[in-house]
Amino acid sequence: MRWINRKPARPLAVLLAALPFVALLLAYMVASDLRLAANPADKLLPAPSTIMETAQRLMTEGDRRTGRILFWHDTAKSLERLALGVGLAGLAGITFGLLIGLLPHARAMLGGFVAALSLVPPLALLPILFIVFGLGEASKIMLIFIGITPFLIRDMASRTAEIPREQLVKAQTLGASSLVVALRVALPQIMPRLIQALRLSLGPAWLFLIAAEAIASDLGLGYRIFLVRRYLAMDVILTYVIWITVLAYLMDWALRALSRRAYPWAETNL
Amino acid sequence: MSLVQVRNLFKTYEGRPILERVNLDVEEGEFISIVGASGCGKSTFLRLLLAEELPSRGEIIVDDAPPAVEPSPQRGVVFQRYSVFPHMSVRDNLVAAEAFATPFGRLPRAKRAAARERAMATLERIGLAHMADAFPAALSGGMQQRLAIGQALTAKPRILLLDEPFGALDPGTRISMHEFLSELRAETPMTVFMVSHDLEEAFKLGDRVIVFDKTRWDPTDPTAFGATITYDFDARDGGIPFQRIKEETHVLRPH
Ligand SMILES: Nc1ncnc2c1ncn2[C@@H]1O[C@H](COP(=O)(O)OP(=O)(O)O)[C@@H](O)[C@H]1O
Ligand SMILES: [Mg+2]
Repeated sequence: MRWINRKPARPLAVLLAALPFVALLLAYMVASDLRLAANPADKLLPAPSTIMETAQRLMTEGDRRTGRILFWHDTAKSLERLALGVGLAGLAGITFGLLIGLLPHARAMLGGFVAALSLVPPLALLPILFIVFGLGEASKIMLIFIGITPFLIRDMASRTAEIPREQLVKAQTLGASSLVVALRVALPQIMPRLIQALRLSLGPAWLFLIAAEAIASDLGLGYRIFLVRRYLAMDVILTYVIWITVLAYLMDWALRALSRRAYPWAETNL
Repeated sequence: MSLVQVRNLFKTYEGRPILERVNLDVEEGEFISIVGASGCGKSTFLRLLLAEELPSRGEIIVDDAPPAVEPSPQRGVVFQRYSVFPHMSVRDNLVAAEAFATPFGRLPRAKRAAARERAMATLERIGLAHMADAFPAALSGGMQQRLAIGQALTAKPRILLLDEPFGALDPGTRISMHEFLSELRAETPMTVFMVSHDLEEAFKLGDRVIVFDKTRWDPTDPTAFGATITYDFDARDGGIPFQRIKEETHVLRPH
């Protein structure tokens, strides 16, 4: 039988899925052991047990000076920035996507402009954002927004344009105005596509968030990682990295669940 | 005056003639079947009737009003596919046919209940009441087309345009759809244009069968000329093989 026709049975599939994770963990443990055996004070590859202890300490013990548990404050601040940036980008994506996808005038005016904007590297704009918006929240949220909005607009516009012409004509024969076509025919059909696009955008959004926090901030997951880098606190960095990964996974999972619940009719097409 | 008057209609796409010198008069209540070779411009003719596209020359006058420039509830349509809204339940597809004409496309709460009841009555009529809460994707092809027809009729159009509505259905389903359509027409008088690639179906359902074809043919350039109406059959007395060419044919009428 050809390999392209062979499918793993369920237990084997689970095993195969776990394999790369286990391999990575083992490789890390071996490397860490070797280094710690040579030098017990080594900070580069802390033992998994050390990381667990650090994680527990970070999550439960307050800051010596203020008593705040920085880990949770960092998380809340980063999530707030992420939610604002991604939320505003989603709003802009759906609004301009609908306009460009439905209205020939808007397409003529904005199509080329958005395509050009999407070629500007967002990180190159970061200094400008700091100059214009200052070092506060606005510049970080703007970086996320600028970083993912052009993609969202273009994706939503092409999804809107993909709606079969027959449906738009049908709606008009039922008396629908442009607004009603947008609100009742196009919008609900691209909402699940928006969620899909947001899932794809979360990766870049985290990238821009951490970049902005690394450069100018006093709270946030990215800020903390770059702060403790000075003390070579690998155990803290690794805890934060794993935590960010978990958060990203949970967000992706939540968006997928939301899409399934809210748009059951779209399931077969996604 | 005839309900629909097509006057010296031309349609070209990017300089390529598709339809030329089309003339037609249709009385209120007539069922016109449209047949012709694939790609000869039948759907284009329907799009012109629908005012989804505008003629390159000539005009289509309905009810002696100025020619329409965009689709309106006066002319309902059912396509071969994609005619219903996939994101609405079967019932909501029918409610939408009433709600879409409002400013925001939604009925106020008080009217919604009544619209739902009317929708249920229609679903009862078209045999889809048991699927009221399902999404269209769960319907068979024949059910989807019944829903599409029911939806188009809910808006009470004067003219119903059908573009190969049963083209994707299996033969058995198609027969039952013929009966369904004949019954509906007996209940609600309306003028129907139906494109079909099935001659038997065209003669069975239509009062008239019109044929689109090219009258001129350039062997070195097959796209040099467009199609026009070459035959206009009276199909009321049984169709094949009893059809007669209508006395006053519309072919090549000089203008
Ligand atoms: N929007 C369009 N732009 C350019 N050519 C078109 C367009 N729509 C249809 N055509 C062409 O017009 C001809 C007739 O098409 P159509 O009316 O769909 O034929 P049919 O009789 O099979 O329904 C075809 O050759 C098609 O390629
Ligand atoms: Mg066609």
